[in-house]
Amino acid sequence: MSILNNIRIAIRALRSNMLRSSLTVLGIVIGVAAVVALLSIGRGATQGITSQVEGMGTNLVTISSARRFGPGGSSSEGSLLYSDYEAIISKVDNIAGIAPYYQSQETVSTTNKSSTYSVIGVTTSYEDVTLQTIDVGRFFTSEDGLTKARVAVIGSDVSTDLFEGLNPIGRTIKINNADFEVIGVLASKGTSGFMSGDSNVLIPLETGYSKVFGTRAKSNGKNTLSGISISAVDAESVNGVISRTETVLRSQHGLGLNDDLGFTVSSQAQMLSSLSSISDTLTSFLGAIAGISLLVGGIGIMNITLVSVTERTREIGLRKAVGAPRKAILFQFLVETVTLSLIGGVLGIALGAAIAGIFTFLGLIEAAVTADVLLLSFSFSALIGLFFGLYPAWQASKLSPIEALRYE
Amino acid sequence: MIEAKNITKTYTLGGDEVHALDGVNLKINDGEMVSIMGPSGSGKSTLMAILGCLDTPTSGDYFVDDQPVAKLKENQLAYLRAHKIGFVFQQFNLLPRTSALENVMLPLTYDGTKMKDRIARAETALEIVGLKERMQHHPNQLSGGQQQRVAIARALVNDPAILLADEPTGNLDSKTGAEIMALFQDLHAKKKQTVIYVTHDSFIARHTNRIIHLMDGKVVHDEINKKPIKAGTERPDDLLFYLNGNGNGNGNGTKEKQK
Repeated sequence: MSILNNIRIAIRALRSNMLRSSLTVLGIVIGVAAVVALLSIGRGATQGITSQVEGMGTNLVTISSARRFGPGGSSSEGSLLYSDYEAIISKVDNIAGIAPYYQSQETVSTTNKSSTYSVIGVTTSYEDVTLQTIDVGRFFTSEDGLTKARVAVIGSDVSTDLFEGLNPIGRTIKINNADFEVIGVLASKGTSGFMSGDSNVLIPLETGYSKVFGTRAKSNGKNTLSGISISAVDAESVNGVISRTETVLRSQHGLGLNDDLGFTVSSQAQMLSSLSSISDTLTSFLGAIAGISLLVGGIGIMNITLVSVTERTREIGLRKAVGAPRKAILFQFLVETVTLSLIGGVLGIALGAAIAGIFTFLGLIEAAVTADVLLLSFSFSALIGLFFGLYPAWQASKLSPIEALRYE
Repeated sequence: MIEAKNITKTYTLGGDEVHALDGVNLKINDGEMVSIMGPSGSGKSTLMAILGCLDTPTSGDYFVDDQPVAKLKENQLAYLRAHKIGFVFQQFNLLPRTSALENVMLPLTYDGTKMKDRIARAETALEIVGLKERMQHHPNQLSGGQQQRVAIARALVNDPAILLADEPTGNLDSKTGAEIMALFQDLHAKKKQTVIYVTHDSFIARHTNRIIHLMDGKVVHDEINKKPIKAGTERPDDLLFYLNGNGNGNGNGTKEKQK
């Protein structure tokens, strides 16, 4: 009994019931395709987030006024104040650059277009700390802040949306009905998603406090901040900067060591690991759901094979009568189920990769179809065939040849 | 040579013990052509299953070429069937959607014959039964008689010591049946194959050289048939023929349908 021979017998048996075999294979195809597509898209999302965070700079420490996940941070005593920023500058060492900002969603319009963007009040150091570069025009100078100049630097997507290819420099936009002159356009970071700077509108922080944000940016009459980005002088000093900053913030807000700080002070590395762990969890969750459909496909194989064993009872009896040992019958049916699941596996991988490719093509997510995902789904589908084929094959192999031959 | 010594086979049916075979003794030499004859329920199917190594007896001994078989395990029985026994069934039992050639090759799949030898041997077997030119036909493209010839070729292909035929003409009209009988007689004459015929039909049984009568699980009569009927002879309506020839059978000569 050669394997090749068994595969030939299996393919003949499967072809003689083409519709039934195809439907069974379809179950596996859908399962494998779902696994491949979801894992690839999930991986792609993780890689995208990682590269975005890395694009923000390596020694970056961020302070945000809200806790990153969960409620809170909006009460007045929890507010990050402009004075906190001043305290950090004077009391924390090893800071290469520090950029306070206040961010809010505002309506931005030209004479014939209007849309809502993130408007961020920033200082001159924002450009260096967050690794932004100017594509056209210029960034703010300290004079712009001191004179509360109504000037804006816009992201590349904003430029495209509002000016449709016209040179925006020198043109006027309205932010909350205040006129601003566009003085620069940021270079695109080429990424999409929640952290892209491409759809931000930047204005000088001082101008924002007096002309745009109004009382929303005040807490007990003091100016507040959405966050502060700090770049440490080197990677080694990042942790020192974080702990020193926390200490400063506690003393500024009169908090004890065990009180809840109300802010999140985190390094880019911490952020990266928490983000990618979320993304990984999501990916495995999606993969598990897809795995369930693969499992259902496997049960389909088992069902069909059980039917096939019953239908072919006489054939099994005959094969045994002419000398087939138990293992030959067992093997014959196992080869059938594994062949079904492998065909399903190959087609499913092709379909899954195609779906992932469509996601990439549409620019939704740069899906990463990696070899390990393909190998995983392929071997998983083979295992499904083996596992769900085992019971029907075993049933077939233990049939008594006399009874099987008499079976009507 | 095969030899059965005091074979019994007991089934439990709904709590009752049924003695399908009740102390069968028989010895069949190489090259004999024998009928095992008896009415339904006489135990002839059970005896055939044991002689064909499809089943083992409850007690007693059974030898195929002096090899004890009665205590063998399932896979050892399968090995014996692959190498020493050929079956021909009433229902033909050919694999559908499979060519005659591949049907005949089936036993060679399990007896270790090399792939390249299988086709040649199957072709030879088909030539013996006179179907060489139809070897690519599928069973549904063949007549009943042709299908049974394919089945006989399949039984012959592994050169078995024993050819076991269970009512091989039972599903065929009398003319085709006679052709199949002739084939068996011819095979026996030329190849000196041991042929064991299982039938309830005394006319068929009288085509063989020896008739073993079975009744209620016992051998009741073991007769030598000095003048076996030549295949193709018209079935006589004469009741006396059966009475003279067969004192114990269900001698009405009608074709009793099984099932």
